[in-house]
Amino acid sequence: MQRHAFDAITPSSEKVRTKGLVKACDELNFLKGGKELKIKSFILAGAAFAAISAFSAQAAETIKIAFIDPLSGPFAATGTSGYKQYQWAADQLVNQKGGVLGGQMFEIVPFDNKISPKESLVQLKRAIGDGITFIAQGNSSGVANALTDAIKKHNSRNPDNRVLFLNYSAVDPALTQKKCNFWHFRFDANADIKMNALTDVIKEKEEIKKVYLIGQDYSFGKAVAAAAVKFLGEKRPDIEIVGNELHPIGKVKDFTPYATKIRASGADAIITGNWGADMVGLGKAIGDAGIDVPIYTYYAANDGITKTIGASGKDKIRLVHEGTVNPPPTEEYLAYHKGFKAKYPEADITQFRIANSIGMLAAAIEEAGSADPLAVAQALEGMEYTSIQGDKLVMRAEDHQMMQPIQISVHTDENVVLDSDNSGYGLVEESSISAEDAALPVKDCNMERPTS
Amino acid sequence: MFELVFFSLLNGIVTGLLLFMLASGLTLIFSMMGVLNFAHASFYMLGAYFAYTISAYLGFWIGLIVAPVLVGLLGALVERYGLRYVHRWGHVAELIFTFGLAFLIEEVVQFIWGKDTKAYHEPEILQFPLFTFFGQNFPAYKAFMLLISIAIFIMLLLILTRSRVGLIIQAAIHKPNMTAMLGHNVPLVFMGVFGVGCALAGLAGVIAGPALGTFPGMAVVLGSIVFVIVVVGGLGSLTGAFVASLIIGLLQTFAIALDYSVNDILTAFNISFDADSALRDLWSLSLPQIAPILPYLLLVLVLIFRPMGLFGNRET
Repeated sequence: MQRHAFDAITPSSEKVRTKGLVKACDELNFLKGGKELKIKSFILAGAAFAAISAFSAQAAETIKIAFIDPLSGPFAATGTSGYKQYQWAADQLVNQKGGVLGGQMFEIVPFDNKISPKESLVQLKRAIGDGITFIAQGNSSGVANALTDAIKKHNSRNPDNRVLFLNYSAVDPALTQKKCNFWHFRFDANADIKMNALTDVIKEKEEIKKVYLIGQDYSFGKAVAAAAVKFLGEKRPDIEIVGNELHPIGKVKDFTPYATKIRASGADAIITGNWGADMVGLGKAIGDAGIDVPIYTYYAANDGITKTIGASGKDKIRLVHEGTVNPPPTEEYLAYHKGFKAKYPEADITQFRIANSIGMLAAAIEEAGSADPLAVAQALEGMEYTSIQGDKLVMRAEDHQMMQPIQISVHTDENVVLDSDNSGYGLVEESSISAEDAALPVKDCNMERPTS
Repeated sequence: MFELVFFSLLNGIVTGLLLFMLASGLTLIFSMMGVLNFAHASFYMLGAYFAYTISAYLGFWIGLIVAPVLVGLLGALVERYGLRYVHRWGHVAELIFTFGLAFLIEEVVQFIWGKDTKAYHEPEILQFPLFTFFGQNFPAYKAFMLLISIAIFIMLLLILTRSRVGLIIQAAIHKPNMTAMLGHNVPLVFMGVFGVGCALAGLAGVIAGPALGTFPGMAVVLGSIVFVIVVVGGLGSLTGAFVASLIIGLLQTFAIALDYSVNDILTAFNISFDADSALRDLWSLSLPQIAPILPYLLLVLVLIFRPMGLFGNRET
């Protein structure tokens, strides 16, 4: 009898166990950086070995890119999503096309920096110790500032062992201005360029008379506020800045007091550079307080934000970003996005600059004919590249700031082909500012170029 | 200005009462067992995640009842098979145990639910503005949070002061050995209090999840502030925890709402400083900027001037 009962239970519990196992395997794959990828690269490397035995030892090596970003803690969602997108971009844009330099594959190696500049430097040392020469990082300009300094120092002290910094998302203008560094390349538009594009849009809206600025209290939040004050002052001197607020980053548990303040100020537009949990909290508090004004943001989409804000932010939240999502600009992009969704149903393509950084790195390695960081950096300078969304991009040689068109999109559930967070809500392009209009002249950049 | 004060007052009370639900359990556990439960806020997070999962299948209201019970049972298990075992090596071991537990829970939550913010929403029937004042909405859900917290406070107070169980708990807090000698099962009382404390934290998580967001960092954001309340209120004092929670809640909301800096106060007294002086940054610091450190400042002041806390009767 007991035996019988046991049998009856087994199938379902077995299923549960298998499901758990599959999940664990997925997790493992994700941690190890895709086993499949390695096997494929191995086969291809083998083919290269047979064909051109002369430099086969070279070809068998993969080109590793260290991904230093938060993979745990309050901003883990953003970091993990970036990691998946890097893997996808490397797979689709490089490895599936046979790699670079006749068969060398890209491999993304994750390093968790817990969003701390100090921890990032430790991880940078680890990456360099592992012989990795390309460093990708994006979340937090505080981290990027620490990394760019450390990499500059490292390269000047170790000319035989240089590394290249691919900044895919840290947008503090200083990184390409006062602190500009030959080894640093920024693929995102900096906070000033985004604000320039954004204020071009606000300029046209006569109904906006009072603007409230709110952001996280660190270099990037301050840069956004400063840029907003500057550009609004130039383009619409009649607009009154009714609030200029900085709150501690990642530490605010309830944004309602801020929403109350915004409401009391009588603002009819809000500009914020908040991201991660800070953006969710702010967006929700503003929605709950019933404040019905446009909120111009840098990062209010994806990674759970779109789903959490949902209906309360419809036609209110706007995003300044690069690369159109809806309507999908090219067939190639649609396939790229859908393929990603098929592989990671829970994730989204959130940062097109990730694909651009991988695509341009591959192009630069091909152009340089080697993966030597100096040669690659020289090839990247001034490089022109067409993104999978059909946008023309230029990596400005003077300060290593990418020049690209900027889009303003609105959070809505209408006309959405590619939604975010599987929520039905997504970003629909409202206006587009060309690369020329968004661009700002090179400022304060005295770049020291290596002599050899 | 009146609008700002009115809403800040309301928001402050909502935040304060939410903090109280966490602090009430912690202060009982702390004073009774002498264990600084670092994992307390993690139980709060578990409450939110449990309720999120349950509400996806059975609705918000079932989650509201079931999730705290589950968290409470988990807490009781942790006490019975974890803390009690570790207890033989003294308080330091217990402290480190709860510290590790906090990390463990955070990792497990990330492993099961992932790292992004979960779309855990208020129930439909509470998704309306209760009233609109000066054009600003006060969500009905906030009022619901307020009611639940007040109900919990009254219930706890009645149980502790009016029932036999409460009598034994109070006795066990002050004289655990004597209570045991009188034939009461003190370990069982400890387990019960730990479980109920965790269940309260879980309940706080259930109702805070939709309002403040359900994400793996939610425990860290709240964790340290709860300790401040326990110390400021006084060990083992429910009234103390209640008053301290309200003070901290109001302190935080008003500090954000009122945009004053030292400079403004000095200007009022006709004192002005050189705009280029070295201390310029200090004078221009505004209240919202220093808002996050105010509770800790209060903690330091209380420890210096009244080490037993506002309502406590023994030294921390």
